[in-house]
Parts: sequence; structure tokens; C-alpha cells
Amino acid sequence: MAKFKMHILVCGGTGCSASKSQEIADRLKSNLLDKGLENEVQVILTGCFGFCEKGPIVKIMPDNTFYTEVKPEDAQEIIEEHIIKGRKVTRLLYTDPEKKEHVADAKHMGFYKKQLRIALRNCGFIDPENIGEYIACDGYAAVAKCLTEMTPEQVINEIKLSGLRGRGGGGFPTGMKWEIASKNHADQKYVVCNADEGDPGAFMDRSILEGDPHSVIEAMTINGYAIGATKGLVYIRAEYPLAIHRLQVAIAQAREYGVLGNNLFGTDFCFDIELRYGAGAFVCGEETALIHSMEGKRGEPTFKPPFPAQSGYLQKPTNVNNVETYANIPIIILKGANWFNKIGTEKSKGTKVFALAGQINNVGLIEVPMGITLREVIYEIGGGIKNGRKFKAVQTGGPSGGCLTEKHLDTPIDYDNLIAAGSMMGSGGMVVMDETSCMVAIAKFYLEFTCEESCGKCSPCRIGNKRMLEILDKITKGNGTMEDLENLKNLAGVIKDTALCGLGQTSPNPILSTLNNFWDEYVEHVQDKKCRAGACKSLMQYVIDPNVCVGCTACARNCPVNAIQGEKKTPHTINTELCIKCGTCIEKCKFNAISIQ
Amino acid sequence: MAKVKLSESKINKIKEICASFGNQPGEAINVLHKVQGEFGYLPAEVQELIAMELNVPVATIYGIVTFYSFFTMIPKGEHPISVCMGTACYVRGAEKVLDEFKRQLGIGIGETTADGKFSLNCLRCVGACGLAPVVTIGDKVYGRLTPDMVKDIINEYN
Repeated sequence: MAKFKMHILVCGGTGCSASKSQEIADRLKSNLLDKGLENEVQVILTGCFGFCEKGPIVKIMPDNTFYTEVKPEDAQEIIEEHIIKGRKVTRLLYTDPEKKEHVADAKHMGFYKKQLRIALRNCGFIDPENIGEYIACDGYAAVAKCLTEMTPEQVINEIKLSGLRGRGGGGFPTGMKWEIASKNHADQKYVVCNADEGDPGAFMDRSILEGDPHSVIEAMTINGYAIGATKGLVYIRAEYPLAIHRLQVAIAQAREYGVLGNNLFGTDFCFDIELRYGAGAFVCGEETALIHSMEGKRGEPTFKPPFPAQSGYLQKPTNVNNVETYANIPIIILKGANWFNKIGTEKSKGTKVFALAGQINNVGLIEVPMGITLREVIYEIGGGIKNGRKFKAVQTGGPSGGCLTEKHLDTPIDYDNLIAAGSMMGSGGMVVMDETSCMVAIAKFYLEFTCEESCGKCSPCRIGNKRMLEILDKITKGNGTMEDLENLKNLAGVIKDTALCGLGQTSPNPILSTLNNFWDEYVEHVQDKKCRAGACKSLMQYVIDPNVCVGCTACARNCPVNAIQGEKKTPHTINTELCIKCGTCIEKCKFNAISIQ
Repeated sequence: MAKVKLSESKINKIKEICASFGNQPGEAINVLHKVQGEFGYLPAEVQELIAMELNVPVATIYGIVTFYSFFTMIPKGEHPISVCMGTACYVRGAEKVLDEFKRQLGIGIGETTADGKFSLNCLRCVGACGLAPVVTIGDKVYGRLTPDMVKDIINEYN
């Protein structure tokens, strides 16, 4: 590799790419070329840095300067000031919201201070399309160690000892899963990486594949060696074109370097990986459904047992693990199980990646040690609630999880505590809500998703969820009764107990947890026909306060359905029959004269 | 649904794609991905032909096409608009943005404008939650949208 004095890392994750990071990288390169510095300074498009809120991110190495919200037109200044003159471009530095001071190094930012990056260790650090950079970060050393120094049993033991649990949601101990697959004998076994991330609001797996695809390839190879499989398959969503591209490049490079293929590291072990494309079905995250989809069928789950470890893809023993689980494997092998199992809580070891989103100041991708509290995540890493509003709930586990409230803020996050609190770890979506979110509407939102994604095979999920959705719809339209709430509770319990697969069994969770934690809000919808968050359209009315309205006509001019009348400089009124409750008038009113009642 | 007459060259192309996967029923999803990539959508006539080539009942192919949200039987518009309805976008007001697109274009979700210019769809999480609410038109991503920006965005394509 050529030696460069400095590196400019530009985030090439999906979020920053949408804000023109490719153009930033191109402009940086052309500016370097103009100054004749192309052999001194290298520009690299990396995977996600995580701090999406402040994207696009540009980082200068080796001095660790972290620039935020960079625009393509800033490229010239970065080269001329920082690279040539050695002066930081202060206006692009992150400003600490409390101290109002510029912070140049990510280490000192609230967003990064409490994070511990293990699965994301290389994301935002290496060029994902260059195997050389992965190798320079100890890449493929773990698989070499396994193949040349360890027996398959020793590999499985190491993973068991590490305490690693599946990161896709269920939290099944990974080492135990491998052991079961290894004990089932067959002429052919398969290793499958589940990259069918369908949880709305979660993008961890995609970020790992985009930022560090080789770590997944290496881990799958180790998995293959441990259970005696020679073939790996990655089941990936067709909606992730960038991740697919990076993975294809990585597989081709791995074959070229001889770390995939026949007789790896001079041993008898052969292993290769193919891609299989999902076509958009949330239920395919369930392993039996995923396997059917890979076989070219409808992705419907089947009853377990038999488990995939006994009879999976093409009826052969198959081990399915999630992307993030795999990303942890190489470093566990290299640093040892005893290093890994010191991180986290008693029953949940290591770290977890979360996609932090919603009404929070610092939206982004974070990795934190298990056992951290929700309060630390939301207020220290997340920087608190947007616009100084009040925290209301945080949703974890996506459509299978639940809403946690103020009283759960100091609960240490791990698999078991989240379940005890009525939610679950899930794949790692963490959506923060403030007082403008209506919990009944949120429950309905998730249920709409489940109804749409239900495969229809078992009736509790197909029919039961539909009935629950109808009841919720009734409530949000102001037609609910107290009996409906009882029915909702009962139905939720029945679906939980009787649905065939994980999707159905967990689909009532968003409803049960909101019923438990926000019972008052449901009752308000039913008895007072009121939505305190102002989110349920049927239950609200827009009203102009005649004492505050100055008659500026801004609302009337912007109303899309001409529902606002009034003479200039006299108070206006809203015709509630025409009003479609779009909220434009409130946004346009400079005098706060319009309110929702 | 109006009958679609497949041209000779299209028929050949579809047969070619099926053959490239060895006409294996197990490759049905890959075949459908390829064919949709080629023609933009999967009308009944195309499904019948694929079923014949792979030697499976049409119901099997139809079952797969309707099961997965990525496959469509309706031609997409020249500029496919997708409004992200992932949770992050939802709590930051994606619904209002979607309503405005519906109003401006006069079409519902899953429909295409009469001139074939725009089609409107929802999708779940583009992974650009930092820019919520997000809309994609073709390959272009629009972030931090408010309903009043919708008109100008549509005008970019008119």
C-alpha cells in the first residue's frame, strides 16, 4: 500500500450519501490534485460514523479532527486551511450544546463518550471496498488462528464461553446454536447470514455490511469451520443496493486473496459464500421463513422443531445468525472469550448496536455496552429530547417490542431486563417519543405494519391482528368503548399464546405495553374523545384565538382547502367542515394564534 | 386488468433469463428479480410465461409475486416516489408529507398518475433516519421534508 501522511475519511453511509458525501469526496480529491497533494493525502469513503444527525461527517487523520455538516463547497477550505496550513476549520467543528464550545475530537463529544465500538470497530475507519485496509486492522487473523491453531470444538467453546447471544432479536446463545449444528451429521451443511433487516427504523445490519463487509465474511468462514459447513449464504434485502454492492466487492476480493475458496490457509478446509436476495417480507427475518424464501418459495414460517440446525436449507443442517452477531465473532476469537465476557451484564455480554431515532437531538447509530441505562443513552448520547420537549416513551424491539416510559429510564439495558419491562431487545431499533406522540396511534402504527407483513398462514396472526387493528382504528376515531379495551387485552393475550411464529407471537407487544403504561391515554380516547398529543385527527379541531389573531392572512393564504375565512387585519375563523387538519396554518402562524382542541 | 401483449423479443428475453437460472423452480425469486429489473413490473402474462418455463403452476409464481412487497404487477411511474414510513420518519411527521403528495398528485398509495409520470409508494426505512422524514424519488433522497416543500419537489420533475 502507498504511504500517505494524512487521510481524509468521508462518511459514505446511506444517510450522509443522501447529503452529497460522494460529491464532498470528489471535491476534496480534485482540490488535492490542484495542490499536487494527491500522493500525500488520501481521501477514503468509509462506512457509517454513526452521528447521522450531524452528517455529512468528514474526519481528518491522524489528528482526529471531526468535521460535521460539511457541504461540498467546504472542500476547498478544508484542504487549504487544515491540510496545507494546519489550522482547523472552526466553523465546521461540533459545538457542545451545553458548554457552547467547539469540540474537535470525537472522543470528547457526548455522543461518543459512553459508546464502545466492537461490532462497529471498523465502520467509519476503513475503506470497506479495500480488503488491504481490513487486513491491516487484523482482518482475517481470527479465521487464520481458528484454522491453524484451533479445533472446531475449541472454536465453539470459545464462543460459548464469551456469552455472545444472537443480536437479531431473540437472544439465543450463539455458541450453543453452533454446537447443535455441529452435532448433526450430514454430507452438506449451510451457514446463513440473516441480513434481511425489516424492522422499520433500524439500520444496524446495513451499516455493518456497508462499513465492514469483510468482518461478516470472516465470521461466516469461522462459523463454517466450527460446524463443518463448506457453503455460506447471505440473505440480504434487495432494497439495500449499496450493501449488496460492498458485499459483492468484498467477496470477490476475499476469493482473490485466497481467504475464501479451497484449501484456506493451507488446510483442507474449503468455504465459499453466495448472496441470496430477499424481496421485502418482514416475516423472512424468522429463520424458517428465511430458509423457505432462499429456496425460492413464499417466505412462510414452519413449526419448530425441526430446527434449522437439524433440517434447514434444502433439508440440510443450517446455522442462521444475524449480521451483528457475526461482526462480533472475529474479535472474540482474537481477544479471547474472557475479554468479551467482562463487558456487559451477567446474562448479556458484550455490546449492542442501536439505531437511535425519533424526537431526539442526536439521531444516529450507536454501540453501547450492555447494562447501560436508557437515561444514559437518551440524555447523554442522544443529547436529550428535541426542541426541549418532555420525554414520553422509548420504543425498542420494533413491531415485536414495546414502549418503555420514564420509570424504566434507569433500568440497565439487557435482554432479560427489557423483556421483564414488557419490551424486548429486538434487532436494535430505538425510537424516542415526546409528548407530541399519541401512544394509541403508535400502537396502531405498529399493528398496521404487522397486518401488512403477516404471511397469513396461521389464523391468530392473520385474523386476530386485523381485529385488533379495527378496534384501535375505532378508538382513534373516537368511537371506542370501554368494552373494546377489554377485548383488545384478551385478544392480545390469545394471539401471543397461539400464533405460529415469532412475528405473530410478539405482534401484540406494542399494544400490551402501551395498554400497561398508558392506560389513561386509552381511556381518554374512549371516554373524553380526546387525544392529548393532538395526533388523532378525528379527535381534534383547529381553532383560531380571536384575541391573538392579527389578521395577517398567512394562514388563509396557505390553507390547501381554503377553509379559513376573514378580512385582512380582522381575526380569522376556520370552517371545521372543510378543514382537513393538515396543520399548515399552525406552522404558518407567527403569532401562535391557532391551537388544537 | 388490461391484457398485455408480449413482443417476440420480450418473450425471448424472459426465456433467456429463466434459462440462465437453469429453469430451476428453486430460483423463482431470482428469476422474478431479474425479469422485474428488465421490464419494471410483472404483469400476469409475464408470470404465465415464467411458470411455463420453470414448469410450475402459475399459482406458485403468482403466490410469490403477491407475497413479497418488492414485486409489483402495476407499472411504476417514470419517477417513482417512495415515502419512508419507518418509525423514525413516522414520528417526525411522514404522514403529513405523504398526504401532501397524495393531494398534489391526486393518486393514492400504489397508484401511478394518468400520464405515467409519477407513482406513489410507501417504504419501510431507507436507513437515513437522521434526515427524517425522508422521501426518495428514483435514486435521489430528499430529507427533512415538510408538507410545504412537496410542491417544489414535484415541480423539479415537471
